[in-house]
This record gives sequence, structure tokens and C-alpha cells, in this order.
Amino acid sequence: MKSDAVIELRNVSKAYERHTVLRNINLQVRAGEFLTLLGPSGCGKTTILRLLAGFEQADSGEILIAGRDMRALPPEQRHINTVFQSYALFPHLTVFENVAFGPRLQGVRGADLQERVLEALRMVKLEDYSARRPGQLSGGQQQRVAIARAVVNRPLVLLLDEPLSALDYKLRKAMQIELKQLQRRLGITFIFVTHDQEEALSMSDRVAVMNAGRIEQLGTPRQIYETPENLFVARFVGEINTLFGRVVAVDPPYYDICVHERIVRLKSKFIFASGDRVNILIRPEDLRIWREHEGSDEERATLFPAAVEDVVYKGSTVDLIIRLDNGDRLSTTQFFNEDDQAIVNLDFQPGERVFVDWVHDWEVILPHED
Amino acid sequence: MKTREPFKWVAVGTIWTWLALFALLPNAMVLVASVLERGQDQFFAFAFTLASYRRLLDPLYLSVLLDSLYLAALTTVLCLLIGYPFAYLLAQAPARRRALLLLLVIIPFWTSSLVRTYAMVILLKTNGLINQMLLGLGWISEPLELLYTTPAVIAGMCYALLPFMILPLYAALEKLDRRLIEAAHDLGAGRVTIFRRVIIPLTLPGIIAGAMLTFLPALGMFYVADLLGGAKTMLVGNLIRDQFLAARDWPFGSAASAMLTGLMALLMWAYYQSSRRANRGALP
Ligand SMILES: Nc1ncnc2c1ncn2[C@@H]1O[C@H](COP(=O)(O)OP(=O)(O)O)[C@@H](O)[C@H]1O
Ligand SMILES: [Mg+2]
Repeated sequence: MKSDAVIELRNVSKAYERHTVLRNINLQVRAGEFLTLLGPSGCGKTTILRLLAGFEQADSGEILIAGRDMRALPPEQRHINTVFQSYALFPHLTVFENVAFGPRLQGVRGADLQERVLEALRMVKLEDYSARRPGQLSGGQQQRVAIARAVVNRPLVLLLDEPLSALDYKLRKAMQIELKQLQRRLGITFIFVTHDQEEALSMSDRVAVMNAGRIEQLGTPRQIYETPENLFVARFVGEINTLFGRVVAVDPPYYDICVHERIVRLKSKFIFASGDRVNILIRPEDLRIWREHEGSDEERATLFPAAVEDVVYKGSTVDLIIRLDNGDRLSTTQFFNEDDQAIVNLDFQPGERVFVDWVHDWEVILPHED
Repeated sequence: MKTREPFKWVAVGTIWTWLALFALLPNAMVLVASVLERGQDQFFAFAFTLASYRRLLDPLYLSVLLDSLYLAALTTVLCLLIGYPFAYLLAQAPARRRALLLLLVIIPFWTSSLVRTYAMVILLKTNGLINQMLLGLGWISEPLELLYTTPAVIAGMCYALLPFMILPLYAALEKLDRRLIEAAHDLGAGRVTIFRRVIIPLTLPGIIAGAMLTFLPALGMFYVADLLGGAKTMLVGNLIRDQFLAARDWPFGSAASAMLTGLMALLMWAYYQSSRRANRGALP
């Protein structure tokens, strides 16, 4: 067993009645890391947290916390605290009493209690609100009380179930940064749940992408985004274009792949045989657009002819919807670049003829899935 | 909006007339009667006096009042002790069973409580069902004296008033957010702590409402004391009834009645104050 894992799930499965919710989950969470469970609604993220907190029992497999098997331990005896999706603050208690709830149960009293609670409230910038009731606070403030109420217990691991999903965009962004800073400062292991891929990528040390009760991929945000291991992960963590191809010549790790009647030579860590069908995945920002007058004739021979279908101005970028002449639709993101005369070149018109290619090596080649 | 004015006036007017005729007027009459003198051959003589109120301070009548308060309080506490676990199970039960249990709570309302009190007489009397059963089982050798005792009165009042305790408790417990209980567990609380620090405070409005709905009627229920307590138990309700129907001392009966109404009003005011305090700072 790895010694740096505070939490370890081994072959954990869980079903409600006949409906299987988690299938053979294996996961090791390292001490002090910010791990995010990312996946669509209903994929089992909350269920994993509930198993860790002790509200549910696994049907099979082991759950180890700090090396100890947790199955027999009720929630109140686990060294884990949860920030609930609905906050679940006690409406009849003041902010102070809400935060003091845990420490009191640990026998902290008097000046010690006062100090510890206020310290937690200071951490979330709510020390002036200690006499209020939860009902008198805004959503963002309630969120922060929920965080203070959990971290004041100095848990080994903090579980956060979509803690930001109820907040509006701006507040969510601000809280993402605050949470991340808090986690660094406290050094507590965070297991964070979200269905928002941007949130997951920007906050986490590692991300576990989940689908239908399975972990599809576990890795750093960069690994998840740049080298997705399957189509689900590729599509779930951000927009991606899929080009269909067929392997025509093999020279591992290089493969000649026929894409829309053009042969491209690409590198892949997968092993393919000649004749295999593959998907070539390219992020919108990795596609390059050439205008009709750009590039030499021989350069052009390797490009894909297309037409601009739609232009979406987004402030710092311009998104183009491109239709290849063979019918595939691609979405691209072009950045304004002030060092470049490109700035004038972003003035695309719908219907305009263009050529498309991508920065080779930035694509991901995956076996075709039906 | 204009077209609805007449309807509004008729609706509101009807309610006010009704209340004025059947609530305000009788109470006003009781209040007036309570400060009149007792008449020779009429019910009262039209002369002002506070004699009836002074008579109420007689230790004899004060002890009746204290007995009544004590019995009503005891009834309330017993109803709470029986009603809370029942309401808790009711709120936890799956939807279908819950409907059935609720029906069981409500069924007694289909019969008048007077009739139900007579049913208790049949159960409790010397050769009643309970004694016969205990004798039949050989647990006792001669019948127990059950009827015409204070416990019989308390049992009868609990029986009559239990639904009024259960229903508000159920309403409060059903609203209780289960996630708060999980949150308390998560923060390290065991069952007892959760019950004391989360469940009870959050269902307090239901507890108070149930206590009011049990305590206030318990003060005035004279027929239960009559039928199950015999002549031994004299409560405020009996006292008032006797003044009007037996002693024919209407001013004194009115004074006792006015005092009871005043006492109830005071309790309701206290309830209103406490609920206002509890609501301050709760969810808007
Ligand atoms: N108590 C329960 N009883 C039955 N099914 C449940 C229960 N809790 C969750 N589920 C089901 O388990 C699946 C996973 O739920 P959950 O872990 O909450 O997903 P997520 O948090 O990823 O949205 C869902 O299909 C949900 O309907
Ligand atoms: Mg969830």
C-alpha cells in the first residue's frame, strides 16, 4: 500500500435496489491534494462522498481512511467533514453556534472555543456575521459558513459536494479562488465534486472523470484535457472536434492515417494495425484557419478546404463554425494576437472560403468507438 | 378589481357579523354578567359589584383552579410523551403506511368526544372490559377500582386530546430536513445529541402548538371529569357548569368563565411572543 494515500477505495461497488450506481471504483487520494470528481449528473459522484462520509455502506470492496478500514465506523466517528450541496446549516442557530457545533462536541469550551470559531470565521471573512442566523445571509455567505463549519474541526479530509453550483457566475469564480487558497493554506485534503469541467480543471491537482458509475480517467487537469484516454473524457472536458480516419501504414509510434482523402502522418501511444478505424480529436484552439490567399500551393495540398458557416465574437477570441467540403462541422477558436497582423485577419465573413489544418502532435488519436 | 368590491364586502361582512354575534357578543355578555349582583328571582340584579371576582379568590375555588391547571398540565405532558414518538414514526414511515396511520389518528374525530368518553366508562367500570380481562387472565383476584379516580380522568383527557397533540407535531417533524440530521452526524453528533440539539429545537413550534391545543381544552373539559372522575374531581369547567345549571349563580359562573378566558388569552399571548422571538432571524 502506498503510504501517502489518506483515502483508498479498493474495488468499491454500490447499488440501490437493483440499480448499480458505482462499479469497481479504485481510487487513491494523496494527503494534502485537491482531487476533483468530475462527471455528468447521476454518474455517482455524491454516492462516493456519502460512502466516504459514512452515510452509505458499500456493497463490496474496501474503503480505507488513513490506512484503516472504515466500514464499521459511523459518520460521527470519522475524521472527515462534508460541505453539503444544500449547505445544510442549522437554521435555529447563529453563525457562531453553527460553526461551534463540531468543536463543542469535541469538548472545546470557553475561550478556546471562542477563538477557534472566530478564527474559522475570519478565514472565510465572516467574523462580523457571527450573531446572524443563516436565513439572514446571502447564498455566498451561507456557503462560506458551511465551509467554516467543516474546516473548524480540522478534518483529515474535507468533502465538498458541488459547493459552488448554487452561486452566480461571478461569485462562483471568486469562491473558486478562495477555496483553492484556503486549501493550500490549511493543507487539508479536499475531495471536490463538480459537473463543471472548467471548475475542475482550474482548481484541482488531479481530476477523476466519471461516467455511469466508473472512473474513466484519473490524472492532472493537463493530462485530462490534452491526452484524454477515451471519447467520453475528450468530449466531457471541453469542446472537441472529431475527425474520422483509417490507418493505412504502420510505423509505431507513427501512423499514416487517411483523413478525408488526405494522408497525414501522426504519432500515437496506442498500437494500431493497418486498416483500423480511428478518431482524431482536435481542440478548437488547436485548429488553424488559412484564408484563400494565404500559403503556397504545396502547403495547400495538405489543407482541408472548407467554408465559414458562423462567426461568434467573444471579446478575447473569435469562434468560427467551419464546414469542411465533405460535410463535417468543426468548431475553432481564434485568438486575437496583437503582435501579429492576424488582428486584421480575424474579420471573417460567413460563407467565406478557407482552408483548415491543425498543429500536428496536438491532436489525440483514439480507437474508433461505436 | 372594482367589480370584486361588492363580493369582498359581503364576504368580509358575513364573517364579521358571525364573529360579532356568536363570539364577541356572548363574551361581552359574560363579562357584563360577571360584574352584576345576583338577583332574587331573576338571574341577576342590575347593580355593579366585584363580589364574584372576590369570591374566586376564596382558597376553595383557588384550589379548584390549581387542580385544573395541574391536571391540564399533566395531560399535556403525557400527550407530548406519547405523541412525540408516534408523530416521529409517522413522519418517518413510507408514504402509504403514513396515510393509514394518519387516518387512525383522525378516525376518533368521527365520533363525538362525549360518546367516546362513555366508551371509556364501559372499559373502566368495575365489571368493565379491562377488569374482566384481567380477572379472566387470573392476574387479579378482585376487580380494580379504575373508574372515578384521578388517573381515569387523566387517561380520558389524554385519549380525547392526543390527536390535537399529534397533528401539529407531525406537521413539524415532517418538515424537518433530513440533511440537517446528516450534517449533525457529520460534525460528530450521536443520536442523543442530535435529538436534543437539532430535532427538538427545530420542532419546537410544533411542540408549543400541540401543547396549546391540548392544554387549553383540557382546562375546560368538564364532561370527562364528570363521567370518569365522578363527584371527586372538581375542575374549573365543572365549577362553571354547576354555577349556571345547578347553583343558578350566573354572575359567579360568568366571573369564573371570564377568568378562564383571560388565562387562556394570556397563554396565547405568551405563545405569540415566544414564536415571534423564535421567528426573528429565521428564514425570511
Ligand atoms: N437513495 C437512493 N436510492 C436510489 N437511488 C439513488 C439514491 N441515491 C442516488 N441514487 C441514484 O444513484 C445514481 C447516482 O447518484 P449520485 O451519486 O447522487 O449522482 P451525482 O452526484 O453524480 O449526480 C443516480 O442515478 C441516482 O438516481
Ligand atoms: Mg450529486
